[in-house]
Amino acid sequence: MSTSEWPLWEVFIRSKQGLNHKHVGSLRAPDATLALENARDVYTRRSEGISIWVVESAHIHATDIDEAAAFFEPSDTKIYRHPTFYEVPDGVKHM
Amino acid sequence: MTQAEQERRFLEKIEKEIKIEPNDWMPDEYRQTLIRQISQHAHSEIVGMLPEGNWITRAPNLRRKAVLLAKVQDEAGHGLYLYSAAETLGADREQLIDDMHTGKAKYSSIFNYPAVTWADIGTIGWLVDGAAIMNQVALCRTSYGPYARAMVKICKEESFHQRQGYESLIKLCNGTPQQKAMAQDAMNRFWWPALMMFGPSDAESTHSDQSIKWKIKRFTNDELRQSFVDATVSQAEILGLTIPDPNLKWNEARGHYDFSEINWDEFWQVVKGNGPCNKERIAARLKAKEDGLWVREAANAFAKKRAMKKSA
Ligand SMILES: [Fe+2]
Ligand SMILES: [Fe+2]
Repeated sequence: MSTSEWPLWEVFIRSKQGLNHKHVGSLRAPDATLALENARDVYTRRSEGISIWVVESAHIHATDIDEAAAFFEPSDTKIYRHPTFYEVPDGVKHM
Repeated sequence: MTQAEQERRFLEKIEKEIKIEPNDWMPDEYRQTLIRQISQHAHSEIVGMLPEGNWITRAPNLRRKAVLLAKVQDEAGHGLYLYSAAETLGADREQLIDDMHTGKAKYSSIFNYPAVTWADIGTIGWLVDGAAIMNQVALCRTSYGPYARAMVKICKEESFHQRQGYESLIKLCNGTPQQKAMAQDAMNRFWWPALMMFGPSDAESTHSDQSIKWKIKRFTNDELRQSFVDATVSQAEILGLTIPDPNLKWNEARGHYDFSEINWDEFWQVVKGNGPCNKERIAARLKAKEDGLWVREAANAFAKKRAMKKSA
């Protein structure tokens, strides 16, 4: 029996109140409780966090890197979603 | 997409300083080079804990003991970040560790030298972590994303490692003549092995060229070694320690310090397993793995039991 039977966990840390949890890395642990404790010991030794999420890597679903161009194409082509698309006469204020 | 097209896109990313991420297509040799380099780096962090860990119970006072404990704990974390980065490339962590134990994979040869006095601990922080930092700062810009991110985190933590070592030496060098002599003795023994940490000279380095092209490495071994010498000379002067190299002198034309040729025979001997502590280090790692087995098994059993209770 070895640690390779321990699942891989992704670690997310909220560094302070008001900010999102952010992915910081991964680790192996037998269960969520130990994953949280290990995450505390390796990723927050210098007050880097006030809250930790751990998610088993196997539970993360991701977009396919090879399909990325087609997948994100709708957002790249709609330039009128950006404020800079619109012309406003010089002198208009507070806009 | 054809292989040639994928290769072209990969090289374009490297060219434009766009990081390569785990699921991106990459040449197999790029992947293998990274696994070799990252795992070797991870092993070094882990084996590096041995000479220092040995001194935790013998630190001269509580402050130094707490500091050394914190430093050694950091190194364990560094090992973990790096093994995780290697895992994103599809490497099996257990296999990587076993490869070190059988001698198939290497770790930094510096850790095959013993730490015989308390001054060695200060010297390791100053010179060994100093040399490691020189290398790691450069690697923060490496082309593989997870490796670069691990390096950024490691560099943030490393700076205290060097400073605590230097501070400890300042105390010894301003102490009794015996303490000063102990510091000089440590310097004499660690200077050359520290310079060897940057690896073989560029002319001898087999992997260097391709690694620079792929931006895995951003500077050559000799460039980093030179930067380290240039940075360290004045630090030694402030300590009042003599660098054990009669040929060390400022070269105005080059804008760098000249120094003697490294004893490469010694370097290769240690790499090949014949250093003063190679066998001892591997034996300690093997023992740790075997002695820790019941802990890992117990953790598994406990996790299972808890899961069962939850579903009941
Ligand atoms: Fe480290
Ligand atoms: Fe360190």
